Amino acid sequence: MTTRRGTEERIPLLLGVLASLAIALVAIPLVGLLVRVPWSNLGSLLTSDVVLDALRLSLISSIAAAALSTVLGVPLAWLLARRRFRGRRVVRAAVTLPMVLPPVVGGAALLFALGRRGVVGEPLDAITGIVLPFSLAGVIVANTFVAMPFLVLTVEGALTNSDRGVEAAAASLGASPLRVFWKVTLPAIAPSLRAGMVLAWARALGEFGATVTFAGNLQGRTQTLPLAVFVSLENDRNAALAMSLVMVAVSFAVLLGLRDRWWNNR
Amino acid sequence: MCTAQRIVRRTGAVGVVLGVLSALVGCGTDSDSDTLIVFAASSLVDAFAEIGAAFEEQNAGADVMITTGGSSALRAQIIDGAPAAVFASANASTMDAVVEAGDTAAQPEVFARNRLEVVAPAGNAGGVSGLSDLARSDLFVGLCAAGVPCGDLSRDVLGEAGVTPSVDTDEPDARALLSKIVDGELDVGLVYATDAASAVDDVVAFATGVDMTTPYLIAPLDGAADPELAAAFVDFVTGPVGRAVLSDKGFAAP
Repeated sequence: MTTRRGTEERIPLLLGVLASLAIALVAIPLVGLLVRVPWSNLGSLLTSDVVLDALRLSLISSIAAAALSTVLGVPLAWLLARRRFRGRRVVRAAVTLPMVLPPVVGGAALLFALGRRGVVGEPLDAITGIVLPFSLAGVIVANTFVAMPFLVLTVEGALTNSDRGVEAAAASLGASPLRVFWKVTLPAIAPSLRAGMVLAWARALGEFGATVTFAGNLQGRTQTLPLAVFVSLENDRNAALAMSLVMVAVSFAVLLGLRDRWWNNR
Repeated sequence: MCTAQRIVRRTGAVGVVLGVLSALVGCGTDSDSDTLIVFAASSLVDAFAEIGAAFEEQNAGADVMITTGGSSALRAQIIDGAPAAVFASANASTMDAVVEAGDTAAQPEVFARNRLEVVAPAGNAGGVSGLSDLARSDLFVGLCAAGVPCGDLSRDVLGEAGVTPSVDTDEPDARALLSKIVDGELDVGLVYATDAASAVDDVVAFATGVDMTTPYLIAPLDGAADPELAAAFVDFVTGPVGRAVLSDKGFAAP
């Protein structure tokens, strides 16, 4: 953006006041959290078994969910952006639904579908012996369910707005559609893809409702950081606050690293 | 505005927010209607809905709003200043914490007791017959999380019986655990006898064989908008009407 002197540097009072309120709305709860954090014994709190197990499971499940969202979500975003087919609008609405649904509802839906008595889960168990609830795989499925829409929407937006001239040129020179997708389309939307992956990862890291409903809560197997925070709030507030601080710090560092990349990449 | 506030089962934060909002719109100061916000452990949800309705009938103008949740979550909200008038907890330690924080207006009273039962889904596909089945690794076993009253009592009962459970999930509260058993996702778990009674068509229940109960305590709170009404409600719960309803829901006498 170019900077110009004059009226554009002045902030109208009304906008300034409202924007300050917006900042306060987000910042004050964070300050409230920071004030309560037991800084003096933070070290011992953060190296307890519960916290280390939860941190490990959170990293594994959120990264796996971001990867799975990418592998499945990019082709879906491409399909939605580049191909006209019957029911496209229904598919797009359905795919974005997990962003709007309360995660607990998503978790219950997953349980009815993929649970041990679920429509798909029961035959899956009978044929393969795979049981998703109460397992790390179940956590990853729940995380992917809520996180994938963020990737699909970001990537679809970039694909819709990207210049298709180069793709047409590559195709006219004899490149197969898959090769065009891999060598031309994907590199062109790389910044958006990266932003979509980070958003999906961040959403997965904070996932609570769908996970506890579908995958349960067991230290070392399915208890991610948000679950550990929730359970600790009941009986060990200092541990809960210490873990909350970790989540805030990790998420904030990543979002700060992204800066405003996902708005200004076109 | 206040006529819309009948007894509604509300849980956790949403209930607190609604309670605060209704206090803000001025229902508490209306001379015709006196709102009483009651925080009750989730296992009391059915009993307190009935007791609250009976209390409203006997006290014209009283408007009982019941918020249910895990005892320890409610405790945390009360200590953080939630505008509750009465607290009913599902064990002694959560009530003790509220007393220690100086938030009670009178000595807490034990008004009921509850015991645990071994519960399996209807059909009992896992062939559960008692407490020792919680140690079977071939079954999906659920408990309430440690720190929640039903979770602490479960660990005491298992410890007393010398059973080391093969746990697959520590659920955040008794109702969440019960619903996973009702759905058949878990093969066996330990829930309150009152919860088992509420789902009698969907589960089979077995005695634990351990004689341990958890006390339910009730106390009026310091922050009550109308302290007399709060005290009256506590008397009503511990009185004949309250006792009859509680016994009907499967609670044992104090």
